[in-house]
Amino acid sequence: MKMTKIVRTTADAFYPFCLVFGLYVVTHGHLTPGGGFQGGAVMATGTALLIVSRSYREITGRLRQTMLKLCEAFGLMLFLLAGLQSLANARPFLGNWLTQTGGFVGSVVSYGPNPGSLDTGGLVPLLNVGVGLEVFGGLTLIILCMLSGIKEDRP
Amino acid sequence: MRTALFCVILLVLAGGLLLMATDLSFGHPLRSDMDDYFIRHGQYQTGVNNIVTSIVFDFRGFDTLGEATVLFTAVLGVGLMFRKLHSGEEYEND
Amino acid sequence: MTRLFLALPFVTVVILIILGLGAMLFKKNLIKILLGLSLMESAVNLLLVVIGYRQDSVAPIFTNVPSGEMAMPTVQALTLTSIVIGVATSAMMLSFAMVLYKRYGTVNVLEIRKLKH
Repeated sequence: MKMTKIVRTTADAFYPFCLVFGLYVVTHGHLTPGGGFQGGAVMATGTALLIVSRSYREITGRLRQTMLKLCEAFGLMLFLLAGLQSLANARPFLGNWLTQTGGFVGSVVSYGPNPGSLDTGGLVPLLNVGVGLEVFGGLTLIILCMLSGIKEDRP
Repeated sequence: MRTALFCVILLVLAGGLLLMATDLSFGHPLRSDMDDYFIRHGQYQTGVNNIVTSIVFDFRGFDTLGEATVLFTAVLGVGLMFRKLHSGEEYEND
Repeated sequence: MTRLFLALPFVTVVILIILGLGAMLFKKNLIKILLGLSLMESAVNLLLVVIGYRQDSVAPIFTNVPSGEMAMPTVQALTLTSIVIGVATSAMMLSFAMVLYKRYGTVNVLEIRKLKH
């Protein structure tokens, strides 16, 4: 099950752009429409493009299942650790202890309509990145696993 | 035959129940106290411009943790279902 | 006429839910049953989004927003949750369908029901 050269070249060309756009959606999740779930889905779309244009044997060389599993588990662990970290700062679990303190990702925002700055939001951008990593790894793993289920039937 | 009749009755009942939803008017929600609170105080309390993100990741962060766990469990289940095929073996229950 | 126009999104939701339920009840193909379930999920998401809309409102995001009333954000957050869980359950059920097809050689629910080995 191999696509033509045109499809493979186009998929190769679009793959980095999909990843970069997904990263943009993830990191600007607290400013523009989007967030971890949507950005992760966009990145997984890029890898799905790569997967449908190649055979299973070719794709396992480029996307390693171990790396994707690590990516997914790391995202969930980031979420959990960020939640536990606020316990250490005398706030409730997942309490937003970083926002508007002037430190890292904690600039004070002006209320009402504003141009927006990446350096705001406190815990929310970190959770966005964690969830984005998890959704990216998870959806790609689902596609890879289901592809490995049908590959035996093909001649 | 009886099953088909039962299914038709179920469909008609569900349709009749759902027709109540068409009494709502589009564009004029009845109660929006909680949403007005989020719009007015969400940016002040979380420092996030996107109110939907501030609800998903801050006000309802614990809910999102459960959601991420559901996704993790689903990936785990799919991976377990197809696990034997990588080493060239068939399913273990075959 | 105006009232019908105002109720049109809700009528769409009702039609989609009934179509999905009908597909789940009357079809025998497992894939078509799952498609009906996905259709019902989408209808419920549409209902949630439609409930939260206000006349002439803008999206609830403060970055360079034009002045005006904002749409209700809570239902949109719930829709986000619902979509992700829908994807997870759909992947799970489709994998079950694939495993059932490998085992029985068919996706017809009446033949799978016989539980022959």
